[in-house]
Amino acid sequence: MPDIPAETVLRTTPLTEAHLALGARMVPFAGYTMPVQYAGEQGGVLREHLWTREHAGAFDVSHMGQARLTGPDVLAAFEALTPGDFQGLEPGRQKYSLLLNRQGGIVDDLMAGRPDDEGLFLVVNGACKDNDFRVMGEALAGRAAIERLEDRALIALQGPKAAAVLARHAPQAAAMVFMDIRGIEAFGTEAIVSRSGYTGEDGYELSVPAEAAVHVWNTLMADERVRPVGLGARDSLRLEAGLPLYGHDLDETVSPVEAGLAFAVSKPRRRRADFPGAERILGEFAHGCARFRVGLKVLEGAPAREGAEVADEAGRPIGVVTSGGFSPSLRQGIALAFVPPLFTDPGTRLKVVVRGKPQAAEVAPLPFVPHRYVRTL
Amino acid sequence: MRFTKDHEWVELEGEVAVIGITAYAAEQLGDVVFVETPEVGKAVKAGDNLAVVESVKAASDVYAPVAGEVVEANEALADAPETVNAAPEAAGWFAKLRLANPADLEALMDRPAYEAYLQTL
Repeated sequence: MPDIPAETVLRTTPLTEAHLALGARMVPFAGYTMPVQYAGEQGGVLREHLWTREHAGAFDVSHMGQARLTGPDVLAAFEALTPGDFQGLEPGRQKYSLLLNRQGGIVDDLMAGRPDDEGLFLVVNGACKDNDFRVMGEALAGRAAIERLEDRALIALQGPKAAAVLARHAPQAAAMVFMDIRGIEAFGTEAIVSRSGYTGEDGYELSVPAEAAVHVWNTLMADERVRPVGLGARDSLRLEAGLPLYGHDLDETVSPVEAGLAFAVSKPRRRRADFPGAERILGEFAHGCARFRVGLKVLEGAPAREGAEVADEAGRPIGVVTSGGFSPSLRQGIALAFVPPLFTDPGTRLKVVVRGKPQAAEVAPLPFVPHRYVRTL
Repeated sequence: MRFTKDHEWVELEGEVAVIGITAYAAEQLGDVVFVETPEVGKAVKAGDNLAVVESVKAASDVYAPVAGEVVEANEALADAPETVNAAPEAAGWFAKLRLANPADLEALMDRPAYEAYLQTL
């Protein structure tokens, strides 16, 4: 049989029409048509980025995969696929974690939380979701049931004004701190709300029924503190926050240690050595690894983007940029790159090669822009 | 002013052609954050890379609309790349070329033709 062409029809979210009404420029992303930036005097990646840092930005991230995992044994069963500590996860809390393969490589990074007593609520990357849920389905068969929540939208509200904005529409959200997650009423509908995000700012992610999404979105748009923010600024915001992006900074060959995500490998799991790829990952804790994810500030010339070579001061190739661009907050090029451990100290001078030209760069501590998570009330 | 399908413009000042990108191209790129202009003395053929313009998201090549030798680059863009958005068809010019063959310009679109071309996009 001839190959069937890949699906060429882009999927929409419950908010696609709302984006078009706002003059969004739409691009294909993870199989969906998604807004990369919005039109008008308030739109554009730079302005949307800076507005989020100073006020509040609303993001449609409904392309991401949402699911419920249930079953009497669900916490232990899910935990076994990750290096995290889920058996000890209290209701009302969520964790950042990693789906690992047997070699300790990262299949995806995700959020898993307990909004209530009904097992786990997961949010995974849009481009990975079909594979993730297939892998989980096989691994959890007989121990936990996966219900994909295709009928829910996901809206992120991020920035220093996010909490004040949301308090008007979801009073219970004000009592939450960073990485809390709860099933609450918001905007007059049932919602799963977490105080988390992908920008480094305080903020929330709201999972709401698809039929309520336009009402939630339009209510946010009616607040002068809130502007819509597209995928362009979402990427520059997460880059400044030093947060890796799956498929760019993370893939199935990269380990949590190499990726600078050792915090996701819990202490009890290290002692028990019972997670996928434990041999490799514990070996890297004990003996170091060949490459490590660092931040780079580009000190001259053009921004260094994904694929740019990293060289030492003598010009010898030592690594590669996995994501990079212009930082609207710092007004210079910033990048995430993998380099050998010898070159990971902040301040180490390196070169990035852009269009054949070596340009000065230096290793910078991550995040580039400080996180402003609300950890206590 | 003459135009290409790649959204560059060319304006003749005596024997020298000033080159930039059109308002349409600047709008499509979004906020310009970096411009790499060519070195003076560089010889280019029509279609060669002349400059690179970068937005927050991506880098885009600017092609030489006609053959010639670079006699001046707009150094002001190094400190003020946003000029490309503010005045793409004036102060946001990229380079000046001494044309190898001034008659080459006649092959390019005039403004009505370019505007008509934009309608087809």
